[in-house]
Amino acid sequence: MSTNERWAQIPQINHDLLMPLKQTSRSYWVIVGLLVLATMGGAAGWVYQIETGIGQTNLHKPIFWGVYIGSFLYWIGVSHSGTLISSLLRLSGVEWRRPLTRTAELMAVSAVLVSVLFIFVHLGRPWRFYYLIPYPNHRMIWPNFRSPLMWDAGALLVAAVVSLIYVYLPMIPDFALMRERIGGWRTRLYAGLALGWRGSQTQWRCLNRALHIITPLLIMVMVVVHSIVGWDLAVALVPRWHSTIMGPYFVIGALHSGLGMIVVSLFLLRRIDHLEPYITPDHFDKMGKWLLATTLLWAYMHFAEGLVLWYGNLPDQWLVFRLYLEGLYAAPYWSAIVLAFGAPLLALSAPSIRRQPAALALVGLSINLGIYIERLLIVIPSLGHPRFPFMWSDYLPSWIEVTILVGALAFFVLGYLLVIKLVPVIAVWEEKEDRIYGAPTQSRGADAGRTV
Amino acid sequence: MGDTSRHKPYKWEMAVDLDRCTGCEACVVACRAENNVRISGEAEAAEGRAIYWIRIERRWEGTYPDVRVRFLPVLCQHCGEAPCEPVCPVYASYHTPDGLNAQVYNRCVGVRYCGNNCPYVARQFNWFDPQWDEPLANQLNPDVTVRSNGVMEKCTFCVQRIRQGKEHAEKEGRRVKDGDVTPACAQTCPTSALVFGDRNDPDSRVSALARSDRGFHLLAELGTEPAITYLKKV
Repeated sequence: MSTNERWAQIPQINHDLLMPLKQTSRSYWVIVGLLVLATMGGAAGWVYQIETGIGQTNLHKPIFWGVYIGSFLYWIGVSHSGTLISSLLRLSGVEWRRPLTRTAELMAVSAVLVSVLFIFVHLGRPWRFYYLIPYPNHRMIWPNFRSPLMWDAGALLVAAVVSLIYVYLPMIPDFALMRERIGGWRTRLYAGLALGWRGSQTQWRCLNRALHIITPLLIMVMVVVHSIVGWDLAVALVPRWHSTIMGPYFVIGALHSGLGMIVVSLFLLRRIDHLEPYITPDHFDKMGKWLLATTLLWAYMHFAEGLVLWYGNLPDQWLVFRLYLEGLYAAPYWSAIVLAFGAPLLALSAPSIRRQPAALALVGLSINLGIYIERLLIVIPSLGHPRFPFMWSDYLPSWIEVTILVGALAFFVLGYLLVIKLVPVIAVWEEKEDRIYGAPTQSRGADAGRTV
Repeated sequence: MGDTSRHKPYKWEMAVDLDRCTGCEACVVACRAENNVRISGEAEAAEGRAIYWIRIERRWEGTYPDVRVRFLPVLCQHCGEAPCEPVCPVYASYHTPDGLNAQVYNRCVGVRYCGNNCPYVARQFNWFDPQWDEPLANQLNPDVTVRSNGVMEKCTFCVQRIRQGKEHAEKEGRRVKDGDVTPACAQTCPTSALVFGDRNDPDSRVSALARSDRGFHLLAELGTEPAITYLKKV
């Protein structure tokens, strides 16, 4: 392809990728309406819970944490993987990442917001949430930084800020493009967000340098954040929680579910926004290979934990693990294993299935369902079986809890749907860069002058 | 500064004699009346939400027909190395200089981590605002805060009585004597299975009992250093 032919693709790319921002179908608004209703339902449930008491949940002694904390763990995992995979691919200069990174990053931001929400939903007295913030007060009381929950708050704050910066930086050239191409009220919004981007050589150099700095930082932040989330449980004296495997396990589990979620969203966006020329079966094949790797890693973590508990045979620990293998929680546990390990392993081992977007999306859903069940199983059975058998108990969520869970899911999807009407789901400039400069030029960096 | 022993801190401890406990639950009732513990009712109790600062666990030994029931009163162990304390993000759960494991109700935001991390399941949570049927609302103890919705609570060793005892002793310029302070549970126990006192006083009854060779601690292997010594002839 000659240079001229390459450059001739630009109007087509602009057209294809900006089209979803200009045209909105009726069914989009119907879906948005339904999601708004579901979100409002969840919000109403939460207001009712605040008004009457946290007892609207089915939590009881000794199960003080339930689906809210399980959901918090799940959503932070989804978010984690979004940024991690995007930054890993960017850092290693993987060219096929280009149509995927934006999707992953947007998902990271929406998911981290939902997970933060669950912390507040979980509080017994959410109107006193500011006690958790280190603010100067006349009693000179600060939050207790020995508490893993404070580590968690710090970790979440860092994760949210870094994810936001990371999703925003590569959007700047696209904002400038949209400032020129999209009229109406959005022109002024984009003009502000583009920060005066004109595509000069200096500006490209700055952007590249910024991305070079933040990308490796982000990978470290994400590993740390997720370990801290695992330590939330691991530092407790609770049987099975108290294990060093929790940190790495949460990093891997998060990667697993997050990748699954990216595949699902890629499949849907490709279908809705007609992005077939940009997101190809090749991309699904490659994501499928990543998923295969995380599937095996995830299973390894379970095996490693189980082996040690079984061999050690400490009564309080092994008792809880046996509940999964053959006791009260065997049905959900083995479903989780099948959903997040068995089924994906079989499906993803076949190259022909990996190239089927719909099949891969199903695998992604299956993994996410499996991981969600798994997250609940980490929290609930351990708490329900303390060292005093007299206090043993079981738990299923109440209707209010389920309403809030559904509302949170709707909120996540809604945020995503609204954002893709403001930002192209594929980074336009990254796509162009690929098409024009073609095969990877690894030295492409600070001094590669170019215009968009 | 005069008599230094007067300023030596107290170390409040309890001894629970399992050979004396009959499982009558008088302690549970006395504690409820003394500490304004909310009345949960049958439905909440069935959901596992009944609040009691002390409970009598029942255990059966032997096989039918030769069965014996054993009782184990469990309350907050006021651990020296309390697992509930470091995990609280707002310092609602903290250690007093007297060795008590205190809970500051006004500070609690209800993350409930302390409840998870207490291996004795001694911590109780208020899932709703408390209510008392008439005329029970008129018998609340004015010395004890009524806890609201969303707050963790647990046995305080009747800290209001300890305070009172210390104030009296201070006025008279002496240390609290053995027997000056008795929590409601110990006061009401018909068989004197519960004995409370200052462990820093070597002559107190609780010190004598804690030294007994019948003594053991619940879940001692966790290293929580409980302030309650259980006594049982093996």
